[in-house]
Amino acid sequence: MKHWEHFSHEADMGIRGIGATCAEAFEQAALGLTAMVTDLEGVKPLVHVELFCDAPDNDLLLVDWLNTIICEMATRHLVFSSYEVRLTNGHLDGSAWGEKIDPLRHHPVVEPKGATYTCLTVHREGEIWVAQCVVDV
Amino acid sequence: MNPSDFERLSEFEWQLPATRGMHVPAIIYADEALLLAMDEKVREQIANVAMLPGIVRASYAMPDAHWGYGFPIGGVAAFDPDAGGVITAGGVGFDISCGVRCLLTGLKAVDLAAQQFSLAEALFHAIPAGMGSTGRLWLSMAEMNAMLMGGARWAVQQGYGEEVDLERIEEGGQVQGADPQWVSDLAKKRQRDEMGTLGSGNHYLEVQRVVSILDERIAKVLGLSQDDVVVSIHCGSRGLGHQIGTEFMKQMVEAASRYQIMLPDRELACAPIHSELGRNYLGAMRAAINCALANRQILTYLVRKVFYRIYPQVRMPLLYDVSHNTCKLEEHEVGSHKKQLYIHRKGATRAFGPGHPDIPAFLRAVGQPVLIGGSMGTASYVLTGTQRGMKLAFGSACHGAGRAMSRHAASRRWQGRKVVDELASQGILIRSPSFRGVAEEAPGAYKDVSSVVEVADRVGLAHKVAKLAPMVCIKG
Repeated sequence: MKHWEHFSHEADMGIRGIGATCAEAFEQAALGLTAMVTDLEGVKPLVHVELFCDAPDNDLLLVDWLNTIICEMATRHLVFSSYEVRLTNGHLDGSAWGEKIDPLRHHPVVEPKGATYTCLTVHREGEIWVAQCVVDV
Repeated sequence: MNPSDFERLSEFEWQLPATRGMHVPAIIYADEALLLAMDEKVREQIANVAMLPGIVRASYAMPDAHWGYGFPIGGVAAFDPDAGGVITAGGVGFDISCGVRCLLTGLKAVDLAAQQFSLAEALFHAIPAGMGSTGRLWLSMAEMNAMLMGGARWAVQQGYGEEVDLERIEEGGQVQGADPQWVSDLAKKRQRDEMGTLGSGNHYLEVQRVVSILDERIAKVLGLSQDDVVVSIHCGSRGLGHQIGTEFMKQMVEAASRYQIMLPDRELACAPIHSELGRNYLGAMRAAINCALANRQILTYLVRKVFYRIYPQVRMPLLYDVSHNTCKLEEHEVGSHKKQLYIHRKGATRAFGPGHPDIPAFLRAVGQPVLIGGSMGTASYVLTGTQRGMKLAFGSACHGAGRAMSRHAASRRWQGRKVVDELASQGILIRSPSFRGVAEEAPGAYKDVSSVVEVADRVGLAHKVAKLAPMVCIKG
């Protein structure tokens, strides 16, 4: 059931995470973020980082989560291939596994600037959760 | 977009009347073909901008407008601080002060032919481009704050250029009112090793040749003639600007109810200019403008080093440097009065007309240069601001071709390797760390820049001076 996908935005790119729980949808959205940059299969889970964020609602929490990852990627030159999310009352505890970005091996396509509020939604559709927004690149 | 939604004021002016909470009308400058090709979201977004408090005269979209975040990309709006006017992080964007600068070389295209390959290789090696690349400069916190205050002037003082460069940059290369205390430690950390880097996406460095001169008199003033080789650099404030945009967008979303601002779109999160949050954002945003100006100055130094090694006789003066994601305090005529207004330009170039006091003396008679970037394989243009443009859209013009197709669609339609090979067969050398990145930026993914520029010229936003074509393109 769980998966991620990209959707079109005229200038940039949308990412959509789908999962059985809200946390799983957030994890899948994060994988969609990495997949904008490089092929997930080529990223080794050598480094582990802990990430935290808070927001008043799930929509804003998704943007915060993705922006926290983007900032971690930018400041530590990392790219991640695996995520784990735990959600408690507007608080997110996350883990990410990845490695230092190697331009010769990862061939990074594009550098995410920030997750936006465009096409932003976190909601339940029957048995699945959807978490999506557009990322400025 | 459906033209019947608009009142057609002239061949190139389409007005959406002020209805449904709009304080002013919205105006798109386009021909019918460009308007038809625009996403419906552009209409929605210019109408939403027209609902913001304190907006003056109209919400504008340039001929290259496309779907953005809150504002359309190619959006222009002026706000009166004394009428409850707001400042919005979404109206500036994440890549604060992204812009284009153009360097003259004194070389002719024929001089380049024998060295084109080695020049492409040398530039690709010298210019840090793409995700994961770092600059050769590492700034301490004190140096970072000095850079954020000093902009290109700081970079010149560090040896990355000449004093004469500064008069050819908006605001003399250093925006006043920057306040690094409102730039978070995280934003500064994100920038620490990104000075002198190009970035990725639509950012590029191009070696170009002048393929046609469209106004001999003005081209001569700008130092351009047929077959000249020039270098254009398109990039912005890198990670620092992105982080400032992210942080202030969040703060403005959370503060909207406190300021009793009803947001038609969360992405239009804003704060009154006369508020603590508004002032803090202004201070941080101006620091990011200085960061972008310093970054382009350092890249200029790197480009010059490469050229001077290959062509020791060459000198490379700056033609001009423009920013196209900004909010600036400017004086404009509104009715019979002059007013100090905060002009948001999101994917729009400042284009002051002849005689404007903010244009350096040697350019004042012809107007401010407006540098319009194309995409790999397509033309770029040099234009100048006009008197008419001052009245049409507060001295603003388009900034590029504008995307016609999403990255997602482009990457499915083209293969990067083939794009590189096809352009090489046309004499255009592309260097990039990513073929998929090249596919996403394929020339066919953009609108026809010539039709965008034609409309800008014919409606009077700016005046065509020269057309450029790429010879070498370094993509991030």
